Amino acid sequence: MSINPEQLRYSKEHEWLSAPADGVATVGITSHAADALGDVVFVQLPEVGATVTAGETCGELESTKSVSDLYSPVSGEVTEANQDVADDPSLVNSAPFEGGWLFKVKVAEEPSDLLSATEYDAFIES
Amino acid sequence: MTDGEATLCRPSFLLTETEPGSLSPMSEPRRTALDALHRALGATMTDFAGWDMPLRYASEREEHLAVRERAGLFDLSHMGEITVTGPQAGEALDHALVGHLSALAVGRARYTMICATDGGILDDLIVYRLAEQEFMIVANASNAQTVLDAVALRAAGYDAQVRDDRAAYALLAVQGPQAPAIMKSVTDADLDGLKYYAGLPGTVAGVDALIARTGYTGEDGFELFVAPADAERLWQALTDAGEPAGLVPCGLSCRDTLRLEAGMPLYGHELTAAVTPFDAGLGRVVKFDKPEDFVGRDALGAAAERAADVPPRTLVGLVAQGRRVPRAGYPVTDASGAVIGEVTSGAPSPTLGKPIAMAYVDAAHATPGTPGVAVDIRGSKEPYEVVALPFYKRRR
Repeated sequence: MSINPEQLRYSKEHEWLSAPADGVATVGITSHAADALGDVVFVQLPEVGATVTAGETCGELESTKSVSDLYSPVSGEVTEANQDVADDPSLVNSAPFEGGWLFKVKVAEEPSDLLSATEYDAFIES
Repeated sequence: MTDGEATLCRPSFLLTETEPGSLSPMSEPRRTALDALHRALGATMTDFAGWDMPLRYASEREEHLAVRERAGLFDLSHMGEITVTGPQAGEALDHALVGHLSALAVGRARYTMICATDGGILDDLIVYRLAEQEFMIVANASNAQTVLDAVALRAAGYDAQVRDDRAAYALLAVQGPQAPAIMKSVTDADLDGLKYYAGLPGTVAGVDALIARTGYTGEDGFELFVAPADAERLWQALTDAGEPAGLVPCGLSCRDTLRLEAGMPLYGHELTAAVTPFDAGLGRVVKFDKPEDFVGRDALGAAAERAADVPPRTLVGLVAQGRRVPRAGYPVTDASGAVIGEVTSGAPSPTLGKPIAMAYVDAAHATPGTPGVAVDIRGSKEPYEVVALPFYKRRR
C-alpha cells in the first residue's frame, strides 16, 4: 500500500504538488525523499514573490550527511514559504505531506510529466 | 529534489564520501553477521568501504543523543582485525608502526598509526596486546588490506606471524554513560578494573569475547570482539539488558557526528597519505626513542623539525553562527576573503545544536577566537568561530 497521497502529483526529483486551489498549489518533498535524507537540519526556501521554474533549483535541504537541491515541480510565483519549516526543519521528516510543506506557488504553468501516486510508487520501486 | 554538489557532499544514501580512500569492490558488498537483524530493525543501509552497513535505524539525531545521555549499540564488524604473534611480535610492530608497541603491557591498548616511507599516514590504528606474544591491530575497513599487506611485508625479517583475522571477528560496541551498568548486568568480568584503552578476555551473556574499553564516540563504553556466530546472540542480550536504561541501536551516521564532536580524526578526512602525524597535530604518537628502527623514521624526523620551525596548517574546530552546514572540502576564508584553510569534516552537532566542523587552517588563523573566519558554503561566506578541539568532552 502506498504512503503517497492519491490527491497529489509527484516529480522525479521527489517533490509533491497539490491540486491548485484558486490557482495556488502547495509544494513539498515526499516521505521517500525525507527518509533518504535523514534528519533535515536546514531548509533554504524561495522567497515570497520569487519566480520559480519547473525543473529548476529554488532552494536547498541540508541533512546530517548531505545537502540536496530543491527543485520546483511547477512554474509560477511563490506566494508563501513555510516559516514553521524554516524554524523547525525536522517537520520535513515528521510530516512531509502535511506540516512539513515547503512553499506555495501561484501556478503559471504545470509540466505535463508529473506522476500520479501510483506512477510515483512504481518510480521509487524501480 | 536531487543531490546537489555531488563532488563535495553526497546524500546519506551515497555515504561512500565518508571514506574516500575506499574503492568499493565491483562485487556485492560484504554483509556482517548481524545483517538480517539490521534489516529486521528497519535500518537504512549504506555501502561503507565495501560493506553493507547500517547508516541509521530511525533518527540519527536521536541515536546520537541516546549515546550522549544513555547508551547506544553499534555493529562495527567492518573494522579490520590483524593478529601478530610470535617471539618478536612486539619488535615487528615497533618496526612496522610509529608507536612503541613492544613496551605495551599485556591487556592494554594503544592508539597508533602506520606511515609510508615518506611519513604519510596509511591508517590510524588501535593495537591491543592480548598476550606476551600476541597483538591485535584494528584497522579502518577501507585501509585494512593496505595495513595487512604493509605489516606482513615489514614483519618479514622478524620471528613473527601476521594473520588476517577480518573474518574471525564480529565487533559490537556499547557506548554511553549507561554502558558500564548495562555491561555489568551481562558479564562477571572485572569492568571496574578495566581502564580506558585496556582489553581483557571474558564472557558476556554467555559469549566468549575480548572486552575492550575503547570507542569512537567521546563517551565511556566497550567494544566487544566476538566470533561472528555469536554476534546475534550477544546483540540480542545487550538489547534486552539495555532496554530499561534506554539503549538504542545506532548506525554509522551518528558514529560520525559523535566522533566529530569528540574531536577524533577520521581517516580520509583529517588523516590521509598526504599528511604526516605532525601535520595532523598528532606527532605524539610517533615514538622516536624506541630501540627499533621504523618505516618512515627519517621523513617523520624531518616533519617534526619542520613543524617546530614553521607551524603547518593546524587542525581546529569551527562553530557556526548560522545554520548552514560546512562539508569536507569547503574553503575556509579570512576577513579579506582569502582562503586560509579547508574543512575536513562538518555536520550539524546534535549536542551543540549548531553546525560544527574540523578544518586545517594556516597557523596564523588557528588561535581560538580569531576574528573574521568564514566558511565558503557553496558561494556564501558564513561566519564561523575558531575553537579548540574537542567540541565536546564528557564529564568524568
